[in-house]
Amino acid sequence: MPHLENMVLCREPQVSTLQALFGERHHFSFPSIFIYGHTASGKTYVTQTLLKTLELPHVFVNCVECFTSRLLLEQILNKLNHLCSSEDGCSTQVTCETFNDFVRLFKQVTKAESLKDQTVYIVLDKAEYLRDMEANLLPGFLRLQELTDRNVTVLFLSEIVWEKFRPNTGCFEPFVLYFPDYSIGNLQKILSHDHPPEYSADFYAAYINILLGVFYTVCRDLKELRYLAVLNFPKYCEPVVKGEANERDTRKLWRNIEPHLKRAMQTVYLREISSSQWEKLQKDDTDPAQLKGLSAYTHVELPYYSKFILIAAYLASYNPARTDKRFFLKHHGKIKKTNFLKKHEKITSLVTLQLLTLVGHDDQLDGPKYKCTVSLEFIRAIARTVNFDIIKYLYDFL
Amino acid sequence: MATSSVSKGCFVFKPNFKKRKISVPQLQEELNKNLFDSLIEFLRKSYSGFQKSSRDWGCQIKLREIPTAALILGVNVTDHDLTFRSLTEALQNNVSPYVVSLQAKDCPDMKHFLQKLVSQLMDCCVDEETKEGSIQVAQKKTHCSMDSLSSWYTNVTRKTDPKMPRKKRTSSSQWQSPPVVLILKDMESFTTKVLQDFIIISSQHLHEFPLILIFGIATSPIIIHRLLPHAVSSLLCIELFQSLSCKEHLTTVLDKLLLTTQFPFKLSEKVLQILTNIFLYHDFSIQNFIKGLQFSLLEHFYSQPLSVLCCNLPEAKRRINFLSDNQCENIRRLPSFRRYVEKQASEKQVALLTNERFLKEEIQSLLENLHVYHSNYFLVLRCLHQFTSSLPKYPLGRQIRELYCTCLEKNIWDSEEYVSALQLLRMLAKDELMTILQKCFKIFKSTSEKQLGSTAKRIEEFLAQFQNLDEAKEEEDTSGSLSKGLQKTDLYHLQKSLLEMKELRRTNKKQTRFEVLREKVVNFIDSLVREYLLPPETQPLHEVVYFTAAHTLREHLNAAPRIALHTALNNPYYYLKNEALKSEEGCIPNVAPDICIAYKLHLECSRLINLVDWSEAFATVVTAAEKTDADSATSEERNEIIHARFIRAVSELELLGFIKPTKQKTDHVARLTWGGC
Repeated sequence: MPHLENMVLCREPQVSTLQALFGERHHFSFPSIFIYGHTASGKTYVTQTLLKTLELPHVFVNCVECFTSRLLLEQILNKLNHLCSSEDGCSTQVTCETFNDFVRLFKQVTKAESLKDQTVYIVLDKAEYLRDMEANLLPGFLRLQELTDRNVTVLFLSEIVWEKFRPNTGCFEPFVLYFPDYSIGNLQKILSHDHPPEYSADFYAAYINILLGVFYTVCRDLKELRYLAVLNFPKYCEPVVKGEANERDTRKLWRNIEPHLKRAMQTVYLREISSSQWEKLQKDDTDPAQLKGLSAYTHVELPYYSKFILIAAYLASYNPARTDKRFFLKHHGKIKKTNFLKKHEKITSLVTLQLLTLVGHDDQLDGPKYKCTVSLEFIRAIARTVNFDIIKYLYDFL
Repeated sequence: MATSSVSKGCFVFKPNFKKRKISVPQLQEELNKNLFDSLIEFLRKSYSGFQKSSRDWGCQIKLREIPTAALILGVNVTDHDLTFRSLTEALQNNVSPYVVSLQAKDCPDMKHFLQKLVSQLMDCCVDEETKEGSIQVAQKKTHCSMDSLSSWYTNVTRKTDPKMPRKKRTSSSQWQSPPVVLILKDMESFTTKVLQDFIIISSQHLHEFPLILIFGIATSPIIIHRLLPHAVSSLLCIELFQSLSCKEHLTTVLDKLLLTTQFPFKLSEKVLQILTNIFLYHDFSIQNFIKGLQFSLLEHFYSQPLSVLCCNLPEAKRRINFLSDNQCENIRRLPSFRRYVEKQASEKQVALLTNERFLKEEIQSLLENLHVYHSNYFLVLRCLHQFTSSLPKYPLGRQIRELYCTCLEKNIWDSEEYVSALQLLRMLAKDELMTILQKCFKIFKSTSEKQLGSTAKRIEEFLAQFQNLDEAKEEEDTSGSLSKGLQKTDLYHLQKSLLEMKELRRTNKKQTRFEVLREKVVNFIDSLVREYLLPPETQPLHEVVYFTAAHTLREHLNAAPRIALHTALNNPYYYLKNEALKSEEGCIPNVAPDICIAYKLHLECSRLINLVDWSEAFATVVTAAEKTDADSATSEERNEIIHARFIRAVSELELLGFIKPTKQKTDHVARLTWGGC
């Protein structure tokens, strides 16, 4: 199939394995196939294109969207319904509460003429979410072929290895297929594939080469790389557009783009500044150092007494209780006793700000316990504003 | 006597209060305007990103990002509601009718999150689509997923498309499919999982369900990175928006409400101090500050009979004519008025104390004076603030409110800080001095007060003199350089001549024309301060407009519920005012409410309380008086009643949180307060 090869790059062995597993349309396939691999290793894309180009009857469900098992089951059934009665257009919504109902309804649905004598594929993307649902769901899907007595294959897509899925009560073992990470050559090939129509493929490939040279050490996520490639390409083209260099002038182009990409690594890649802000910077040609990233805003203004409560909470959270005497007797009276009129109110407001968190049960109304969750840097900044040398009072710094 | 004047006071109070109430939200809207404008601009821009045709290369990848505005609002969480409300309104008018705001406490998991989102979204268009929408709500509530949501959205937008010409939403319906704006009010409190899942799901539906997120952040934007892993935050296109800091907010509120003659009502130093302290030390909440202000206003009009006159000047003058005898008497009793009278000539004193008509005329002129005093006061205060706010170490405070407080409290020129501030002023460089003077000139120029009009002229003169100085100096320099050169002499003479030169230079320095002028300016400011920044207590009739009852305010704003509860239970007479309940310290009257008796008995116990002992003690106290008639049959019945009363009292105490059942010992309860566990 030359067509398929054009669409799916660098995944030939996986595609052929899958094709072999699927077999002919009317063949019974393996009951359940488990596909795993890192983020952006082409699991979803390969499965989807394969099923689409082979025109196999399939249902594609993303498990993140289905936060209850009912939603998941209903979605599968509705999509199946849609598959076999596409001519009718609309069909009634199925309600399905349990897996038992699902098996029954599934049998009814697949009786349809259009689905007869061929394998129906159910793809469950982000299958790790299945583990948080009812315990019978995963084993049930694994043996769906057996339970429904229909020609059906369930494909699970996940970023987690199968071993972490296996329920301790035992289950039917699926066929496990691993999608390895793309190599740098693969990445080069795939990224160069989607070159813009205005420029030649070679020009774009050279750009991708530079991009990978900068980013490959920190990031191998294809999606992320593609995103960065799209964002920074206008800057790469700039000399060409202005007429300062031609497309073959690689050295000049490299000198132009390399520092820019390095800056991108510290900002956009970390999502310190957003893509739209980055594009604007590119357009205006300003120094990105001027724009403060998200992490630059660390300062939090707090009411005066809240600062003390927070400092006290920090000390109490990180010093062992037995050292209290040592710290606070010696410097007796250093911390001024202040009139905390609204203490409780303030503690709850600190909790809502996530600076303190409640430890222990929520229902413990008398004597709730809190823990201070701020970082040392943060508390030092706070302490500095009230002239309190917190390091002196910390056990870890003795 | 009091009733008539109180009712009159209230009558005045109403319009005054309303005026202020109107002005406060207006003020806040103005403050937020900049923020909202930039936010709306961002939303528009990102929305047009949605619309842009996807044939643009690279757009396919960029489209996956959800436009997100991170709104940093500061830690004063109580004020946020108001901000969000006006933000929602602004967005609905300018961007999209579909504006939904969610709170973390409503969304413990995805299901509730989506349910809330759906029901609020449907509410958004109920007003347009009348009843049909509400039927949909009931139907959709059973299963709301992102799928159904996006199909609903396409339905709605398709439906509204053909009948475009609508009356109201002209500005928002300029786009065929307006985006859905989701405001997460308290980003910090959302659970990571819910947020992550929602973002992942909605990014997958973004092309059919154009979503824009607004995160309300109270602390700092780092929280985004802490809550969301890179895989999720890479789905967002985050832009940061910072609101005005709450301290600046306070400054503007004070500036617009108190440091102006527009509103006659004023606060005394102590009251202002309490309000600002609560703000700075406790909550940073503008809303609470304004509530405090409103409370003071209310209390003033309620407790001060002469607050009838606390209104704008023409109205007050009109009202003076209708003052009753009692009210005149009240005025005569005012300490400030009495001080004023004592200073007058004896005939006038008699007239003031006996002749109503004469008194009323005098009051008119006094109120007029008070008004003039205030308008001058604020001008000079602002002017002085210009001078002192840039001094090193801020001897008189950085903010005008600090300066105002000191000026209200006492004669500011008696304070050490003022003296040191003046000393620092005498060291100012020329350009600094000139910029300050220019600012002051603007301040004085802005008003057309007769007395201070000359001040503006004086300042203008000073400025001109400084300008002239520049030209004069050049001449001086040239003449200075012509001074005699050193001749070749022996060491002794050299030393002598050097000393002479040094002396000369010092005297010269003292006499620089700039320094003379600077001295003049400082003296001028000093004289202004001494003349106009007198504390309000010195003004006759200041009680009419100044609210001074700081202790009442403190009692009300810093409520101490525990103490109130203790007083109520320990000394029921305090609240019930029943003579029978009057008792000496320590003993329990048996007619007191049961809960009081039980409470007093429980105070004597240690951490664990034996219920049997407690019940017996209770019965003893209750039956103390009527011990004499001991009929066996009735006593049994009565014992049961007492027992029931005891149980009720104990359970009431448990409800109030004084005791709780414990498992440590049977038949015991644990004390929770004052030496309890």
